[in-house]
Amino acid sequence: MTATLAPNSADDSLAYRPVALVDLLDRVLATGVVISGDITLSIADVDLVRISLRALVASVGALASPENT
Amino acid sequence: MGSTAEVTTERPAPVAGAWLHGVVRDIEPATLAMIVGMDGGPVRAVPAAGLIAVVSAAPLDEYGEESLRRNLEDLVWLERAARAHHAVVETLARQGPVVPARLATVHSGDDGVAASLAARRAELVATLDRLTGRGEWGVKGYLVPGATRVNAEATSAGGVGTAYLRRRRAQLTAREEHQQVASVAADAVHAALCEVAVAGRRHAPQDRRLSGAPTPMVLNGAYLVDVSALSRFTDLLGQLGGRHLGVRLELTGPWPAYSFVADRPDLDGAVGESR
Repeated sequence: MTATLAPNSADDSLAYRPVALVDLLDRVLATGVVISGDITLSIADVDLVRISLRALVASVGALASPENT
Repeated sequence: MGSTAEVTTERPAPVAGAWLHGVVRDIEPATLAMIVGMDGGPVRAVPAAGLIAVVSAAPLDEYGEESLRRNLEDLVWLERAARAHHAVVETLARQGPVVPARLATVHSGDDGVAASLAARRAELVATLDRLTGRGEWGVKGYLVPGATRVNAEATSAGGVGTAYLRRRRAQLTAREEHQQVASVAADAVHAALCEVAVAGRRHAPQDRRLSGAPTPMVLNGAYLVDVSALSRFTDLLGQLGGRHLGVRLELTGPWPAYSFVADRPDLDGAVGESR
């Protein structure tokens, strides 16, 4: 387990690579909530997704090269 | 007999909630026992309303409201949680249809999980039916700079400054044109794929700081595809790649149907949900 994001998996489709975290987050975070947990619910419709992704972008931004805009 | 039954533990176990992975119609207990959950222990079944919720124990000191809020902003925690959750859902998806839960769907107890199942039984059953024999595939499209001919050449008339400005303007125009051509191509690719898929939707393009992609993403599509139509889908994708040189297409999957469980009754055939 590392703190960095997995490389984009599909750039080399022949090699086995773990699913890219960014692809995974698209799905596990951005999907519709079918069954709301009571705890999650109280955290908010104030978007879990946005809260955590903002943090994610911030922490990755620290690692990314500055020319990427 | 039974004299050893009274084992007392030193510490009381922390209060545990239930982290929901997904809902299935049914599953072998032996299969469940082999699936590793959030904290390394096996997942378990919470049966209710003729369905089965698959959950992990979620000690509230880590998964309670306050802790969750904090942990979700911790990249290391988030990645571990996302991968652990996904591993369970993916294993379930290999056994049959599953309605995956969004990350961090935590109930304070099994009763809450059971109540949710009961309350949404009809919708869950309909979703399970809709997902049977189908898989989710992702198609990402990236802009390919220079793939389309644009007027980027600068003439040499005028002074150095003028030439620079003209060249700069031409470059900007070229970039906009590339962007526009790629965006139109992305729409066309999405529409074509939706013809073969049961349903399609577009996620927001990924931030390049997260994806590490060298060029902007113009398509982040998800498609629910019948197993029987899969080769048609991939063939079509190949053709589309050849037809739209301004976009580089990438296929990911199969995924559990994360993108097709949203509680919108009109999801079937829903096309082009824009970012």
